[in-house]
Amino acid sequence: MTAAADTVARAGATPGQPQPYAELGLTEAEYGEIRRILRRRPTSTELALYSVMWSEHCSYKSSKVHLRRLAAAAPPSAALLAGIGHNAGVVDIGQGYAVTFKIESHNHPSWVEPHQGAATGVGGIVRDILAMGARPVAVMDALRFGPAAAPDTARVLPGVVGGISWYGNCLGLPNIGGELDFDPCYAGNPLVNALCVGVMRRGGLQAAAANGPGNKVILLGSATGPDGVGGASVLASAAFGVSSGQAAGGPAGGAVPAGSAAKRPSVQVGDPFLEKLLVECCLELYAEGLVAGIQDLGAAGVACATTELAAAGAGGMRISLDAVPLRDPALGPPEILMSESQERMMAVVEPAKVDRFLAVCARWDVPAAVIGEVTGTGRLVMSWHGEVVVDIPPASAADGPAYRRPARRPADADALAADDPAALPRPADGAGLRAALLALIASPGLADKTWVTDQYDRYVRGNTVLAMPEDAGLIRVDEATGLGIALATDGNGRYCRLDPYLGTQLVLSEAYRNVAAAGARPLAVTDCLNFGSPEDPAVMWQFTEAVRGLADGCAALGVPVTGGNVSFYNQTGEAAIHPTPVIGVLGVHDDVRRRLGTGFAAAGADIVLLGRTRAEFGGSAWAHVIHGHLGGRPPLPGLDAERRLAGLLAAAAADGLLAAAHDLSDGGLAVALAESCLRGGTGCRVRLPGDPFTWLFSESAGRAVVAVRPGREAAFAERLAAHGVPGETIGTVGGDSLAVEGCFAIPLPELAAAHAAALPALFG
Amino acid sequence: MRGASHRARHGGYHPCVRIGIVTFPGSLDDGDAARAVRLAGAEPVPLWHGERDLRRVDAVILPGGFSYGDYLRCGAIARFAPVMAELVPAAGRGLPVLGICNGFQILSEARLLPGALTRNAGLRFIARDVRLRIENNRTAWSCGYRRGEQITVPLKSGQGAYVADPGTLAALEAEGRVVVRYADGNPNGSAAGIAGVCNAGGNVVGLMPHPEHAVSELTGPSADGLGFFASVMTAAPG
Repeated sequence: MTAAADTVARAGATPGQPQPYAELGLTEAEYGEIRRILRRRPTSTELALYSVMWSEHCSYKSSKVHLRRLAAAAPPSAALLAGIGHNAGVVDIGQGYAVTFKIESHNHPSWVEPHQGAATGVGGIVRDILAMGARPVAVMDALRFGPAAAPDTARVLPGVVGGISWYGNCLGLPNIGGELDFDPCYAGNPLVNALCVGVMRRGGLQAAAANGPGNKVILLGSATGPDGVGGASVLASAAFGVSSGQAAGGPAGGAVPAGSAAKRPSVQVGDPFLEKLLVECCLELYAEGLVAGIQDLGAAGVACATTELAAAGAGGMRISLDAVPLRDPALGPPEILMSESQERMMAVVEPAKVDRFLAVCARWDVPAAVIGEVTGTGRLVMSWHGEVVVDIPPASAADGPAYRRPARRPADADALAADDPAALPRPADGAGLRAALLALIASPGLADKTWVTDQYDRYVRGNTVLAMPEDAGLIRVDEATGLGIALATDGNGRYCRLDPYLGTQLVLSEAYRNVAAAGARPLAVTDCLNFGSPEDPAVMWQFTEAVRGLADGCAALGVPVTGGNVSFYNQTGEAAIHPTPVIGVLGVHDDVRRRLGTGFAAAGADIVLLGRTRAEFGGSAWAHVIHGHLGGRPPLPGLDAERRLAGLLAAAAADGLLAAAHDLSDGGLAVALAESCLRGGTGCRVRLPGDPFTWLFSESAGRAVVAVRPGREAAFAERLAAHGVPGETIGTVGGDSLAVEGCFAIPLPELAAAHAAALPALFG
Repeated sequence: MRGASHRARHGGYHPCVRIGIVTFPGSLDDGDAARAVRLAGAEPVPLWHGERDLRRVDAVILPGGFSYGDYLRCGAIARFAPVMAELVPAAGRGLPVLGICNGFQILSEARLLPGALTRNAGLRFIARDVRLRIENNRTAWSCGYRRGEQITVPLKSGQGAYVADPGTLAALEAEGRVVVRYADGNPNGSAAGIAGVCNAGGNVVGLMPHPEHAVSELTGPSADGLGFFASVMTAAPG
């Protein structure tokens, strides 16, 4: 940056100067709107600010008219302390504790540069949680890739897993679960969704607002560099063209902001060590009462933090961009605002507390600088070298436009629904069923995920009670009382492709059920909505249907959505990914010592199948793995039945009636039994009440398999009746094989070998 | 049990063995080490990297983590921290010191223990429960175990492969200074399956696996790791 910055005075004097708004991702109408708001042309710095703030990623301009439905339909919840619109939702879990959690995507960066893309995805969501006032206590990740055997997956997957491992492990947060799936629709568009959960005392909520004119604005953490300039507008808000992926920041090039001579990568570079110091530093600042307001810096960096803090507070702010510590002195105002350098926070501090604030930062070796102050002017004013380069009403940038884009049911929807999997050939005998089960558990999406999870620290902080491959992660919150929180994430692009409304409810149901299977009471929801281009009416229809399904599902289950993230433009050329909402459910566990694991260990325990089994194979793992088929209707969700099942599981866990519980999902009963046998190292023998194929592989919702503690059968039967949950005793835990009477028996070593071999064979 | 008998000997229930735990920038398992110390019946005492003060503790633990981001080389920067200027001579005078994972790397960089820790053989981070065999139960930190006893504790490291020159390895074996060895395969390519070693005095021990994560069946694979923290209760002067 050598040329003098474009000033407000100069903008007023040169109204006709052409500006590169289209290159920055703004439409002509949006550019016109900016000129109308400012009553002049924007300066180059203002144009950069609006371009990132009005990007799809930051403004939710295509989704927000629909997302309002989630807030409007949210069931009343006494536990909700902060909901949609905050950095993350906050719920009261009792005993004076509050929990905040959120899931967020980092899809596009993780394809361009898998290691750093995934790593900084973890870093970003952790700062969201930190900004709420909480100590981050665990992370999870939901990952989806193209075909497991594809060469690009061999590049992307190890990089993504390595990035999450490196950043999360070095930050000292246990990774307690997540997902791993593969489908051709994610080739070129991997989904990397990271969840973080944090814990604070009930009154510890921090405000993301710049109140109190005269208060100082302090930027703390990493110095601002040229990395990630324009990431929000370029990477996260546009589809990759056939060759534009490289141009968007891959090894061959970089996204170039207006006026920059240098080509720089659009993907940010993380420093988990600094993030660890930032976490400890902020928690000490909160504890000492030194913070009046705070916001993390993520997408759109300083531009986003200043506009959002000002818009949510007194309304005015004066910033000196010369005071921003820079890693590269060549950066000019537009780049300083757009930079997505990691590990930064912006705090609002009363003048009398600034010295103590800076002393705490120094103790943790966290750089910090006063860069401005809150004003009552209603304007966000930024100066550079003594001249004004930004002068805007901050709400205009923070709120952004809102579009109700056209939505139309996809042209192939009827044909897809008519392509019923009932027509697919089914296994004819026991040997065929046996082979199908072995093929399913050896398929990459259902195989043992140890190759991935062995790279994640699940023990650090010493409160991890359950982690992968359990149904839910479970973290102890209070050592004395045993109070804890359970978390699960689920997604299923196949169900949602067949019917986004029902599919989203199925996904929500599964996450809800997973939390219940650990013995916890589901409390709240976070969502990461991964879709193709909102400019495609078919994608927009999928999106609106998914949001409608989620809103109705949450209302029926009595759990509110507390926040989340929308990721559009997950498509290459014309081909969009399957609609893939990933839903995270948080539950509270009254006593983690009474948690339920999935493993069969107590020989002699009755195995009871809970819920109703129907012949439902649309979008099933069986159709996908054995036949490469996707068609028909997804299983029918039963939200009332889910609610009763969850109530039963929590009550049975609290009373100590169960030795194990495992939810049924992909691959149905067959896969659930195999997983429970392998997890506990003990076999089982079951007899099926009807057509073995249907009982083994149907994916009917609202089901779980439990092992009843020997001697507690009668008490459990009473509980079943009281909760109105259908249950069928189908067999007994014991032996060294998975045996289905009249069909097959698979010795556990054979089962384990098939389950364990897939990922190491693919990824080394 | 040793913790209990120790308390009984001093005639009260208040912990009287004080064990310092150093927090460096980037230390992660300091809270876990403090919990383990507490469960063993001693009093955890926080020590700060930037202060040349051991606060008159009876023993010191350097916990796991990524001190200073493990930039440059694991433990290479931490060994120059002000607190180490006090710790190194104190260790020379017999103060019990336990380095876990990153702590082991720091002790090795500080030359309190021989050898070095290098990248895992598979080049990937490994987080896994491992079986360990107690080879030397005469150190300050392992005297509560039986020799040959096998325990299960988590291993979690990217640079956990123990290496030393052949002469050092031979001396370690001859002098019985291998404290624990991997008992069920060699997860990271460590020389002779070495998971932990001690100095000649047996007061300084480095462990690559994490006994502080194995102090309860609820949150770890076992409670086998408590023995290291209970051991020092009898060894420390108190």
